[in-house]
Amino acid sequence: MQHGKYRFIVGFLVVPLALYALFVIWPFIQSIYYSLTDWSGLSPEFGFVGLDNYTRLLDDEIFWKSLQHSLTFAVVLPLVTVGFALFLAFMLNVGGRRRKGAAVTGVRGSSFYKIVYFFPQVLSIVIVALLFQFAYNPNSGAINSFLRAVGLGSVQPDWLGDPDLALICVMIVLVWSTVGFFVVLFSAGMASIPRDFYEAALLDGANRFTTFFRITLPLLWDTVQSGWIYMGILALGAESFAVVQIMTVGPSGGGPDYSTIVMPLYVYQKAFRDGQAAYATTIGVALLLVTLAFAAVVMKLGRRERLEF
Amino acid sequence: MKTTDIPPADDERIPALRTDRVPVVRKTAAPADTKREGTVLNVFSHGVLIIWAIMVVLPLLWAVMTSFKTDRAIFTSPWSLPDALHFENWSRAWTQAHMSDYFLNTVLVVGGSLVGTLLFGSMAAYVLARFEFPGNRFLYFLFIGGMSFPIILALVPLFYVMQNMALLNTIHGLILVYIAYSLPFTVFFLTAFFRTLPTSVAEAAFIDGASHTRTFFQVMLPMAKPGLISVGIFNFLGQWNQYLLPTVLNTDPDQKVLSQGLVQLAVSQGYKGDWSGLFAGLVMAMLPVLAAYVVFQRQVVAGLTAGAVK
Repeated sequence: MQHGKYRFIVGFLVVPLALYALFVIWPFIQSIYYSLTDWSGLSPEFGFVGLDNYTRLLDDEIFWKSLQHSLTFAVVLPLVTVGFALFLAFMLNVGGRRRKGAAVTGVRGSSFYKIVYFFPQVLSIVIVALLFQFAYNPNSGAINSFLRAVGLGSVQPDWLGDPDLALICVMIVLVWSTVGFFVVLFSAGMASIPRDFYEAALLDGANRFTTFFRITLPLLWDTVQSGWIYMGILALGAESFAVVQIMTVGPSGGGPDYSTIVMPLYVYQKAFRDGQAAYATTIGVALLLVTLAFAAVVMKLGRRERLEF
Repeated sequence: MKTTDIPPADDERIPALRTDRVPVVRKTAAPADTKREGTVLNVFSHGVLIIWAIMVVLPLLWAVMTSFKTDRAIFTSPWSLPDALHFENWSRAWTQAHMSDYFLNTVLVVGGSLVGTLLFGSMAAYVLARFEFPGNRFLYFLFIGGMSFPIILALVPLFYVMQNMALLNTIHGLILVYIAYSLPFTVFFLTAFFRTLPTSVAEAAFIDGASHTRTFFQVMLPMAKPGLISVGIFNFLGQWNQYLLPTVLNTDPDQKVLSQGLVQLAVSQGYKGDWSGLFAGLVMAMLPVLAAYVVFQRQVVAGLTAGAVK
């Protein structure tokens, strides 16, 4: 298979590689360079300023807020989402009524549940964010009028308008929209665990909770870990940008008193609202470091012996 | 759990399960006890699962219901059923609020970029999976490295790259960017897929005198159909729902895609107080995707979860 091989390889690679290099790789490299300049983005002229942008970062209160919120997202969201999804998936696959000849069975209608849980995953995050923004509306929103209807008229939080609550409200939306994906993912993994393992364990007197921690979780560990990283990258990146930008408008963007600002949104604001493109790329480089550190920590903490079955 | 206290005499227990707190059930006592435990668990499972199902469906049903109500009813009684089906909300959203334009733009952009993504993604993946050449590994990692980098970092310079090339605020510019940003996952997924295909078929075609190019298009691509469908669904949903890229690179009101259009709608209808029109727009955007999902449920789930498992 040697004839014309290199011509073929080059011919097939040139277009994809050119597109990828021009629109992805080159901007990445440029942005790291721009972070060392005072480029405004508005005029083509700029000068080299060394690490000035990075020292400015250290004194920028809003940057620290955005970092803090993004880190909260990266820690809390995977924990809650993956944990809750594991719980639901376990209920789906092991919570069934005992049937003849099977130690563990899925609940009746488990495929129906999986279809429904997956709904938010196929919807645009924009639709989800707009729906919840309206539900959170303090006066006419669905949540507060529900509270009034059940006699809790005195409890009428301002939700997205309350600096203490806004971030939690945003996180709930991200959990709501992603849990179903992980339920389906973990269910598929659980279905591939041989039934005999459960049978043996149950015969030996383990209860279902023990089987979860001693059998299900260890055998599912690889999937859980990649789900964890996937959710973390999502929480640090485009998804959190969309939800925060759409839901918490606020006078300056990012919620009342920057109470929901996240790093990707801050990059966007600095570059396209304030005309400080160089400084925006500096924040972006910080976000890149946070993302890489997150992935490294999860890999390190999650390292286990691989179980073959 | 009620159990006998007599420990079993057999040695078949899994060592990992040997805990003192767990009472040991003898084989003969097992059915009655686990049955009761099973029933309690079953009721509990169903309870939890149903509650979450309601939490998922309720906001969506609420949106559909709200889209048929008058603005007054939306504000005064958010939970009541509409007094009549106000279909005029829908026609207002479709024509006056430009939902039809947003749909058209999205179909053009996603149509173009999906074809391009699958074509260029499979070409690159095939070469990287099946041919040995210097730099193969480097290019592979260059492609898949793009999956974990925060896109927003590249978007600031990319905006000016696009501006200089006169691609900003154009449909074809957006298509090229969508393709470029979809390549990392597509190449990653399809490279793994091409590796699993048997080599003998391609060799046979080659011996029969087909060129490399012809072998790829007439033999390998048809064989890779299941992989193309999975990655195609993944990219379709990702590109259809894309928000970050068009928000930065496509700010011309006439060119807006659906996701931007909905945000635009929320802002403009907010000023006008036309909330029923906004909900009609939201439901309009929501229903086709949900309907398509329910019909192609199996393929969609396979396509979206395939990436995370590998």
